[in-house]
Amino acid sequence: MSERIIEFREALNEALLEEMAHDENVFIMGEDVGKYGGVLKISRGVQEKFGEKRAVDTPIAELGFTSIGVGAALAGLRPIVELMYIDFTGLAMDPIINQAAKARYMFGGKAKVPLVIRTQGGAGRGNAAQHSQSLEAWYVHIPGLIVIQPSTPYDAKGLLKSAIRNDNPIIFIENKLLYNTKGAVPEEEYLIPIGKADVKREGKDLTIVATSRMVLFALNAAEKLAEQGIDAEVIDPRTLKPLDMETIGNSVRKTHHMVIVNEGVKTGGYAAEVMARSYEEVFDYLDAPIVRVTTEDVVIPYSGVLELGAMPSEEKIIEAARGFLAK
Amino acid sequence: MDKTEKKYIEMYRKMWLIRTFDENARDLLMKNEMRGGTHVYIGEEAIAVGVCSALEKEDYITSTHRGHGHCLAKEGDPNKMMAELLGRTTGYCKGKGGSMHIADLEQGNLGANGIVGGGIGLATGAAFACKYREDENVAVCFFGDGAINQGVFYEAANMAALWKLPVIYVCERNQFAEFSYSEWYYGDQDLTKRTEPFGFKGVEVDGNDLLAVYELATDLVSRARKGEGPFFVVANTYRIYGHTVGDPLTYRKPGEVDIWKDKDHDPILKFKSYLLRGEILSEDAAEQIEHDAREVINSAVDFAKASPHPTIDSLLEDLYVE
Repeated sequence: MSERIIEFREALNEALLEEMAHDENVFIMGEDVGKYGGVLKISRGVQEKFGEKRAVDTPIAELGFTSIGVGAALAGLRPIVELMYIDFTGLAMDPIINQAAKARYMFGGKAKVPLVIRTQGGAGRGNAAQHSQSLEAWYVHIPGLIVIQPSTPYDAKGLLKSAIRNDNPIIFIENKLLYNTKGAVPEEEYLIPIGKADVKREGKDLTIVATSRMVLFALNAAEKLAEQGIDAEVIDPRTLKPLDMETIGNSVRKTHHMVIVNEGVKTGGYAAEVMARSYEEVFDYLDAPIVRVTTEDVVIPYSGVLELGAMPSEEKIIEAARGFLAK
Repeated sequence: MDKTEKKYIEMYRKMWLIRTFDENARDLLMKNEMRGGTHVYIGEEAIAVGVCSALEKEDYITSTHRGHGHCLAKEGDPNKMMAELLGRTTGYCKGKGGSMHIADLEQGNLGANGIVGGGIGLATGAAFACKYREDENVAVCFFGDGAINQGVFYEAANMAALWKLPVIYVCERNQFAEFSYSEWYYGDQDLTKRTEPFGFKGVEVDGNDLLAVYELATDLVSRARKGEGPFFVVANTYRIYGHTVGDPLTYRKPGEVDIWKDKDHDPILKFKSYLLRGEILSEDAAEQIEHDAREVINSAVDFAKASPHPTIDSLLEDLYVE
């Protein structure tokens, strides 16, 4: 198989173009997604190819256009709603959590909401308090939603395609500092199943569960830990909800040690959920308490010193691992 | 009997179905045979019936927490509705939704909504889908005069105008916003102005005059099908009962409600006298329609009471499409 290397951004763009060609009910709407090609450039070329009807520029009105997306999905279309920053989803909470997430259950299984909300989170580039949050835990908490966070171009493309074909409302969270990263993506079409974790690095001493950009941090940390004789396994859940506990459990049964890395803040965060699930399911296999590496419980600051200091880092992951494995 | 007369009689029948359904819903709640709360549509029947009678099966509606009337007007099944009120497996939502979450997707009813104004964006999105598919269907959004202050209305109305969507926003001005007079919360009492900046000023109609509502709706629906939408209707009416069943109504002006229950205001009595005057119905035939509607609802109550409660095995079903 030919090894083609492309950017994360291009992988998402390919997924969009392919799925819009695949099903005429798929369309994208959001701020500047059409003529401008998207602030994040994910929808570049989409309007040229599919017209204004299927790449719909909206006013800056997150509540309104997200609600319209949910209504269009209930009426049989397959909208992709781009919410430029996850911080802005606060404006669109009602259609996401009270309408999209609940329609199927509260209507007794008769409704379908085939909606993908594509949004972007993460700190580390000086976007400050209202453009840098990692709010995945909010959506994981809502029954009826599926939450996906890819870490590689390969996963991003395969998962976005699966998300668009899925009949449930999905929160698809990209990380702003992953768009320029590169990776192998085959020319041939492929899908990645929702709800399946991926072992990004095999190891025998320690399980590191990391999400989104934190997977990259974990992999770098694992290389450095290897130099110190600690062999870490890195697992990327890819789908945060439903969580593939089987893959995580199998790893912990082998390594007996666990570090969880998530960019959300610590209190009530996604790392807490993975930690609790692991204690419930594989407590007997653990030789030491699970350690969380998360962002501090603080508003994301602007200063680089403060911002990077608040976030997880390779050093913090290494420190956590060495805490119970240093020889 | 000509086609128009048949239609009128059907509308008269539907208004009685709604009234009787909600009288029974009230009764069931007060007798503690129903859980939670419920909101009755008594006194506002002409709006749902007048508007929905101008629609086809493929057209969409979104409804409100006070939604039984809209569902029945859009050909909802009283048995499935009543069973849902009693939380039974034969209900529209298998007992998982209750009074505030009845939807009938097959009839284009995208659901009642427990969030005040929650249906406004959904109806606009359904209209977006109609335009996208170029199928000439329309969406009607029912909401109350309490919901009109929600920001989503202005975001959605702007986009509806921008994209010329086939949506008709119908504000049921029943004069109350939960436990307040809604007028207490308006910067300007003329609600028709609310959409004027978007290029489609609202039109007022006597919401208790069935034919006035039906004729206006017929006109707007046909224009919306031709791409002339969106439209906004303010239908003036009065909420005979409280916000929820059990509301003590301490905030209401004494005696006010009696005016709205008299033969010149009550939408059913008003339409009945029109039908009698025009000799479209005899007194006996009118009585018979009322009687038959009561029978339909009584048997819906019996059906609901005889239906099984869900078993706990169904708790986690219906959450996701597998």
